[in-house]
Amino acid sequence: MKYRLALWLFVLSFLPTLASADTASADPDLQAIRAELDAMKAQYELRIGRLEQRLEAAEQELAQQPAHSELSSQPVYAVAAPPAEARSDYASASSQYNPAIGVILNGAARAYSNDPEDHSIPGFPAGGESGLADEGLTLGESEFVFTSNVDDWFYGQVTMAVEAEDGDFETSLEEAFLDTLNMPGGTALRFGRFYSSVGYLNNKHLHTWAFADQALPYSAFMGGQYGDDGLQARWLAPTDLYLELGAEVFRGSNYPAAGDADNGFGTKAVFAKFGGDVGMSNSWAAGVSWLGAKAKDRDSGDEDAPIEFSGDSDTYIADLVWKWAPNGNIRDRNLIFQAEYMWREENGDYLLPDGQFLPSIDNDASGWYAQLIYQWQPRWRVGLRMDGLQLDDGDRAFAGSELDDLGDDPRRYSLMFDYSHSEFSRIRVQYNRDETGLRNSDQITVQYIMSIGAHGGHEF
Amino acid sequence: MKSKFMPKLLIMAVVLLAANSHAALRVFACEPEWKALAEVIAGSHVKAVSATNALQDPHYVQARPSLIASTRKADLLICSGADLEVGWLPLLLRKANNRKLQPGSPGFLIASDFVTRLDKATSLDRSRGDQHALGNPHIQTDPRNFIPVARELTRRLAQIDPDNAQGYQQGLSAFEAQWNEAIAQWEQRADPLRGKTVVLYHQSWVYLDSWLGLVEVATLENKPGVPPSGAHLNSLLAQLKENPAALIIRTPYQNPKPAEWLSKQTGIPQAVLPFTVGGSAEAHDLYGLFDSTINILLEKAGLSDEP
Repeated sequence: MKYRLALWLFVLSFLPTLASADTASADPDLQAIRAELDAMKAQYELRIGRLEQRLEAAEQELAQQPAHSELSSQPVYAVAAPPAEARSDYASASSQYNPAIGVILNGAARAYSNDPEDHSIPGFPAGGESGLADEGLTLGESEFVFTSNVDDWFYGQVTMAVEAEDGDFETSLEEAFLDTLNMPGGTALRFGRFYSSVGYLNNKHLHTWAFADQALPYSAFMGGQYGDDGLQARWLAPTDLYLELGAEVFRGSNYPAAGDADNGFGTKAVFAKFGGDVGMSNSWAAGVSWLGAKAKDRDSGDEDAPIEFSGDSDTYIADLVWKWAPNGNIRDRNLIFQAEYMWREENGDYLLPDGQFLPSIDNDASGWYAQLIYQWQPRWRVGLRMDGLQLDDGDRAFAGSELDDLGDDPRRYSLMFDYSHSEFSRIRVQYNRDETGLRNSDQITVQYIMSIGAHGGHEF
Repeated sequence: MKSKFMPKLLIMAVVLLAANSHAALRVFACEPEWKALAEVIAGSHVKAVSATNALQDPHYVQARPSLIASTRKADLLICSGADLEVGWLPLLLRKANNRKLQPGSPGFLIASDFVTRLDKATSLDRSRGDQHALGNPHIQTDPRNFIPVARELTRRLAQIDPDNAQGYQQGLSAFEAQWNEAIAQWEQRADPLRGKTVVLYHQSWVYLDSWLGLVEVATLENKPGVPPSGAHLNSLLAQLKENPAALIIRTPYQNPKPAEWLSKQTGIPQAVLPFTVGGSAEAHDLYGLFDSTINILLEKAGLSDEP
C-alpha cells in the first residue's frame, strides 16, 4: 500500500503542470509526455497490483504452514491447500451477522377504459386488500425483507411493505415469523405473522407473481392473500414422492375471518402438498387445502356502506403447477402451467347496508384461474391467464344488493409480456379484458419489479 | 374404527420407510462431481443422488419438490458452495426439515471451504453482474482440488457412520494413490496446452486455466451471469480478429449459439468440455471427466496425441 501511495504522490505532483498545459496550448510535446505518464501509471498500477496479490498469497501460505506440516508425509498441493481451519463462510458475505436485507421496488402505470372507482364485481363484494389498483403512475408496494438465522434452532424473516395511499405512506407488517430448524422427524413449526400455506398463490409475495394483479379467486375469497398471526406445524414424509402435511391456527383478524373469534383462535387450516419430477424435463406440485375462518361483523363491499357478515367461512382449494424446461435447465427456456380451483361456503347472518338483516343464509361460491407462462428465450416471457368466479345458487334473498350476481359469471382474460434484464430486474406489460363488472373494461398495466440487496431463491 | 386404524397404518408405513432408508448412508450432492466422489470413496456404503445434472446450470436451479424430498432423507449434503447454490440451497434446507444437514453439523459439507478459492471479488456491485464474493465456485475443473475435499468427505463419513470408518479410509487411500497417478498423466499429456489462449463463455474454468496454464483472454458474457449481448460479441469479434485465441470453451449447459457464431466468424475452434461427470459420453466418472477434458482440448487445439 505504501508503494502505491508514494507513486500516486509522485503522479499528483505532475498535475499542476498538466493542468496549466491544458489551459495554455495543446502542445504536442506535453501531450506526448502526458500519454507517456498515463502509460507509466497504468503499468505501475498493474505491477503493484500483482505484487500485492503475490504478497497476499505468500501471507496466506504462511498462515497455512501448520496445516501443511501436519500433512508433511502427503504431497502438498499449491492450489488445493486446505485452509488451516475450515470456516464455512457459506452464508454469503453480506449476511454474516446482520440479517440479510432485501428491498423490492415496484411501481406501475395503469390505464383503464372505465373508472376504477365504479368497479365492483356483482355478488362478490370486495374484502381485505382486493379491488382495482389506481390509474395513472403509481408507486406500488415497496417490500423490505430481513432474514437471518436466529441461532441453530430458529430462522427469522420479516417482510414490511410500504405503500403510498392518498398522499400518505402506509406501512404494514406483511410477515414476521420464525421457522424452527432443528426439530426431529421431518417436522417444523412456524409462528408469528405469516401468510397461510393453503393453496399455491396464497403465500407468494407480490413480486413473484407472474401477473401484475392477483388471480380472481384470491381477490374474492382471500382478500388478496390470507395472512394473520398464527402457528403452523408441518411434516415432510421421508418418501421419494414429495408429501407435506400441515396444520395452522390463526388469530382470525383478517378477511375472510374477522373479529378474532374463539378468543383469538378464529381460523384453522390444513393442507397436503405433493410433488415430484417426470423425467428430466418435467416437475410438478399439487395440493389440497381447507381454510376454516370465523367472521364476527366482517365488512366487505363499499367502504362507506359495508355489508356485515357474521358466521363461518370455509374455503377448499385444489392447486396444480407443472413446469417444463429442456433437460431441467430453466436458464434458457421454460414453461409453467398453473391452475387453482376454490370452493367457498359461507353460513351465517348478513346485515345489509340498508339495514336489512338476513339470518342463517347459505352462500356458496367458487372460483378458478389457469395460466401459462412461457420463457421462449433468455430474459423474455409471455403469459396468458383466464380467471373466473361463480355463485353457486345465488340466494334470492340477496336480490338487489351487492351480493346479487345479477345472473352474470365474472370472467377475466389477461395477456402479459415481461423482460428481465437480469434476475434482479423485471419490466412487464399486461393487458386485461375484464368482464367481471357491470360493464366490460380494458386495462393496461406497465409495471417494474426490481430487487436490491440480498434476495433469496423463490419457492417452486 | 376407521379413524383409529388410519394413524396406526400411517405410523407403520413411516417406520417401514425409515427402516428401509437406513440400509445405506444417503448423500445429497448438489453437483454430479460430488456424487461421483462419494461413490468412489464409500462405494456401496452410500446411496448418492445429485441435485443437478451436467446439462443444467447449477446457478439456476429451483428448489423443486423432488429435491426437497431427497434433502429430507439425506444423512450428508455435499455442495460446491461459494454462493454457487445461493439461489436454491438455503431454501431447500429450510423446506426439508432435516436437522442433520444444517450448517455447522457434520452432515453439511461445503467442498470449496477446503480448497483455496480463486477470483475473490474485492469490491461488489450488481452492475458488474453476478460476482462471486467468496471466490469462484467451479473448483471441480482442477483435479487437484478433489484431494482435500475427499479427505474432508472421508472424515465426515466416518463421523456420521463410525461403523464403516475403516472402509471409508481405505476408499480414500486407494482414491488418493490412483488419482495422483492420474493427475501426473493428465499434466504430462496437457503440457503442449500450456500458454494457449482461450475465450470462455462464463468464468467457469479459472481452476482449469490455472492448472493447465491456459490463458483466458475474454469471456462471451460481458458480465458474469448476464447472457452475451450482440454488441459485446461484435467487439469480441474485432478483438479476436486482431489477436486470435486458440480455443473457445463452454460447458454443455451454456447456450451454444453465441459460441458457435463466434467460432464460425473467427475460425477459432469451439471446445465443449464436460465440466462435470456426465457432461460427455466419456465423462462417465471422475477419471473420465478429465480424460475427456484433455482429449477434447488437445483435439480441438490440433495437438491430439492419440495415434
